[in-house]
Amino acid sequence: MSAPLLSIAGLRKAFGAVVACDGIDLDLAEGEVHALIGPNGAGKTTLIGQLAGEIRPDSGCIVFASRDITSLPVHARAARGLARSFQITSVLPGMSALDNVALAVQAHAGHSFRFWRPAGDEAAVREPAREALARVDLAQRMDIPAAALAHGEQRQLEIAMALASRPRLLLLDEPTAGMGAEDSARMVTLLESLRGDVTMLLVEHDMDTVFALAERISVLVSGRIIACDVPTAIRNHPEVRRAYLGEDDG
Amino acid sequence: MVRRTLLVGGLVLALALPPLAAAFGLDYVVGVAARILIFALAGVSLNLILGYGGMVSFGHAAFFGIGAYVVAILSYHADQGEPLLTWPLVIGGSELAIIAWPVAMLVCAVVALIIGAICLRTSGLYFIMITLAFAQMLFFFFVSLEPYGGDDGLSLAQPSRAWPFDLSDDRQFYYLVLALLLFILYLMRRLIASRFGLVLRGIRENERRMQAMGFATYRYKLAAFVISGAVAGLAGALIANHTEFVSPSFLDWRRSGEILVVVILGGMGTLYGPVAGAIAYLMLEEVLARWTEHWMIILGPLLVLVVLYAKQGLWGTIEKMSGRR
Repeated sequence: MSAPLLSIAGLRKAFGAVVACDGIDLDLAEGEVHALIGPNGAGKTTLIGQLAGEIRPDSGCIVFASRDITSLPVHARAARGLARSFQITSVLPGMSALDNVALAVQAHAGHSFRFWRPAGDEAAVREPAREALARVDLAQRMDIPAAALAHGEQRQLEIAMALASRPRLLLLDEPTAGMGAEDSARMVTLLESLRGDVTMLLVEHDMDTVFALAERISVLVSGRIIACDVPTAIRNHPEVRRAYLGEDDG
Repeated sequence: MVRRTLLVGGLVLALALPPLAAAFGLDYVVGVAARILIFALAGVSLNLILGYGGMVSFGHAAFFGIGAYVVAILSYHADQGEPLLTWPLVIGGSELAIIAWPVAMLVCAVVALIIGAICLRTSGLYFIMITLAFAQMLFFFFVSLEPYGGDDGLSLAQPSRAWPFDLSDDRQFYYLVLALLLFILYLMRRLIASRFGLVLRGIRENERRMQAMGFATYRYKLAAFVISGAVAGLAGALIANHTEFVSPSFLDWRRSGEILVVVILGGMGTLYGPVAGAIAYLMLEEVLARWTEHWMIILGPLLVLVVLYAKQGLWGTIEKMSGRR
């Protein structure tokens, strides 16, 4: 087996007396779709924040594509192919959907200290952006300001922005949060279509989504991974049932 | 259509103003108009970081004042015939616009680089406060700069020499200022539409998102801050020539506030907003001040009305009516 794309070792983060991450070890293989589940307050968002670079861990290290990225800032990690979507939709509200995605392309097309040529005329940026929008079914809506898109569409836009940067790893923080059944189903289909192209780490509350997409699942409880296995094994894991799934089966 | 009519009409009026003023025997209007255009230029420079970059700088008068002082100090040394610097190399003064004005812009760019490098580590309210603090520091620096008049300021022996223009002639000065403003507006238009401009607008919309996309946002904000400072320096160089006198009051925090008002009144993040704002603000001042010295009593409520009912400002409202936004 080749080296994992992402390797987390001994990651620890405490906020005062609250230990949000208590020695997390996790490996993701290239191409894998991995889900992270756990009850509220288990430390999922803190873990994603540390992977993205917004939160500095107290100790431990994160290796991405064979390079230690533990001390890299957010933008440098993104430049290395680590893209994310946010738990609370995060787009550029006043700009058109196309501009949103075009910026994501631009971020990975060299520096942007280019002061003269109109960015709107640059096919090298606009074409990949249009393709990414088409891939998430937003081609018809590309001239609309992101703020005017429906909630589900904004989440699709986020995925398009992530895809446009041609990432190697996609961090998805609750991609179906706040969505109705129909939008959720569309999002699952969309993510399903990305399988194989990009490695995904998915944080999700909705168990249907998790079991539909994930090849492996890690269960986070009180800052520790108490189980990491294929979905069928997780479903039957006694400790998991008690700690987490039990609430659902209730 | 409204927008286009106003733009074309405004340009024609701006070009025809000096002969019109002469025809009506209102020659002083040309000087007032030049002052308006200079403030418009200062507003345009602030608009780049405030309107497009979302950085609320409350210290923009510092660059305006430094630009003015650079021109005045260089002129002073040229007039006295003594060098500005004798070691490690001899640097003399200059009354040539082609030298003094770019030097003013360069000095402002360097100062903006230093101030910006520190201020941009903060954001929001802290950014406002720290830019104000730097401007106040520079204000007191010039107050205590005794060789150049300190508190009393410094008079220019003569305006910059800007061949083929004779800047002591109000009309020629006015046309040069107008040409520079139009040139800078054209550059700004290119800049805003470029990749850099798109990144800057993205940072205003959602900086955290831009970082997650892979942009080192700090560098782009700093670059915009430096460009903005340099353009404000040019406005300062022009105002020194307009008043033929500089004093620390050019760097006063109230001056920073005025430039902010010009941009907000005209419309943040619109290309021509600061021009509209400068025209409205300075004309109001001109008219109201003749009526009462407490003209701020009237301007204040007007500003409140604009902020409440026309958040996009004067020009922003026109753009909205023309379906541009």
